[in-house]
Amino acid sequence: MMTKFLSRNRHTVQSLGFSFITLIAIMTVLPIVGTIIFIIFKGGSAVSWEFISGFPYDGMRAGGILPAIIGTLYLTIGTAVFSVPLGIAAAVYLSEYAKDTRLTRLIRLAIINLAGIPSVVYGLFGLGLFVLFLQFGTSILAASLTLSIMTLPVIISTAEESLRAVPQAFRTVSISLGATRWQTIRRIVLKEALPGILTGVILGLERAAGETAPILFTGAAFFLPRLPQSPFDATMALPYHLFVISTQVPEMPIQIQYGTALVLLVFVLTMNLIATVIRSRARARRQW
Amino acid sequence: MEKSLNWREFIITSSIKASGYSAIVFVLLIFFFLLREGLPTLGEVEASSLLNIRWYPIENYFGILPLITGSLIITLGAALIAVPFGIGTAVYISEIAPRWMREILKPLVELLGGLPSVVLGFLGILVVSPYLRVLLDLPTGLTAFTGSLLLGGIAVPTVVSVAEDALDSVPRAYREGAWALGATKWQTIWRVTLPAARSGVLTAVMLGVGRAIGETMTVMMVTGNAPVLATRLGSIFSPVRTMTATIAAEMGEVANGSTHYHVLFFIGMVLFLISLVVNIIASSVVFRAKKRAERILS
Repeated sequence: MMTKFLSRNRHTVQSLGFSFITLIAIMTVLPIVGTIIFIIFKGGSAVSWEFISGFPYDGMRAGGILPAIIGTLYLTIGTAVFSVPLGIAAAVYLSEYAKDTRLTRLIRLAIINLAGIPSVVYGLFGLGLFVLFLQFGTSILAASLTLSIMTLPVIISTAEESLRAVPQAFRTVSISLGATRWQTIRRIVLKEALPGILTGVILGLERAAGETAPILFTGAAFFLPRLPQSPFDATMALPYHLFVISTQVPEMPIQIQYGTALVLLVFVLTMNLIATVIRSRARARRQW
Repeated sequence: MEKSLNWREFIITSSIKASGYSAIVFVLLIFFFLLREGLPTLGEVEASSLLNIRWYPIENYFGILPLITGSLIITLGAALIAVPFGIGTAVYISEIAPRWMREILKPLVELLGGLPSVVLGFLGILVVSPYLRVLLDLPTGLTAFTGSLLLGGIAVPTVVSVAEDALDSVPRAYREGAWALGATKWQTIWRVTLPAARSGVLTAVMLGVGRAIGETMTVMMVTGNAPVLATRLGSIFSPVRTMTATIAAEMGEVANGSTHYHVLFFIGMVLFLISLVVNIIASSVVFRAKKRAERILS
């Protein structure tokens, strides 16, 4: 009698508990979906061809946001140029060469710490090293380098993970066929790990594209009447532009603000989508 | 030909090894430049006035205490939101949700992690803070509470993904053992799975807190930026200003090499050390943080 009561009771507790946890999960996810839909809904009417391809005028209260779009594109490419080769090389080192020594553990600790440093501290560092000490000035170059270092830990850790996922037998066979170690890495290991590496790279660059704090004092410009001409020019950028027009410009039309937020969101979500597609296609095709 | 191949191998291998050490070099470089620009503060501002409660740089008041309490109160609020929601969602994804649901939820949470913080700050200004102002009947909606709320949202993806990995790595045999002994799924979650994943869940909380304390744009946009010392519990409903927001808001306007400039770098140094401590604690917990990267890929 007692056990029967208890047993019914604990099943009630379970279904109540499950409902509660499900509710929490829903409350976590709904705002994400809601935010995205809300911005698409509000910004959709502001986005037109003129908005994407035009220059801002009238104190940025009218016209388009082309310089900010191009600027974010430049910064993302600049970040990729520095962080992708370095990050992949570091991952190859950790997965293919490094033994489990104290130095290797120190490298791993450094990577974890790089991942945790606040983005505004990266901005300070970029200002101190690239802008002032190396005299690059407030420029695309300085901002890209700053963003690269911030992106590095994401690329290293995801690339290392996908290199490690390549079965050891692949390496053994390749070496036994007479290939050198580097030939094995380049033609076999890197090739097999490519989709995973690409996913990590895109997710890392996605973060860099959306960041504002690291470029505040290293490369972002409030307003420029023309597109940047060289890596030593400052540039407008979408996230910084959104910050400026939503806090610094009085009487800013709300339409343009939502439109800018939408373009930034589309930029970032597209990268996220590409990464997701690459990952799931690779997963479906993988035969080992 | 054989010889040139060896040379190429040697050069490539060396450069790969050099890249391997780059992470250590960068951490040291960052610390060095923060010290180089931040340490002069100690010669220019007395320690007693640095620990003062007044931040008013124009008149040479550089008390960083209100900035530290501002950061702490917002981070605490964010943690109170992100921890239950993050761990709850992780439990749901890993233990309760059917497979198809998991396939939807995981990328969605990842998406939240990728949302630029400036977009959240923007919505904070236009939507969240006006709403809270009316709802809570406050003089302004730009308060520590608003900041905590949005920051909680920013920390959630970190907590979910790390905690979910920790739950995932609990061997299935643990659960099966508990079920075989007659425990319900619910009892198993609370008394077996979660305790077994304890260290990983702790890592998740630490990394979430680290994420919150370092966040800049969102807090700068929605917390009202008033450097007032938070002394009461009610301070959470008034404007505050964090360390990160102070750097971001003022660095653009100071003269290079001035006292104000050095103090801002000094604050950066404090932030760097906080994140160092948080991350070393988080990574020294048994659970390996690299599981996180694995999750992104698998």
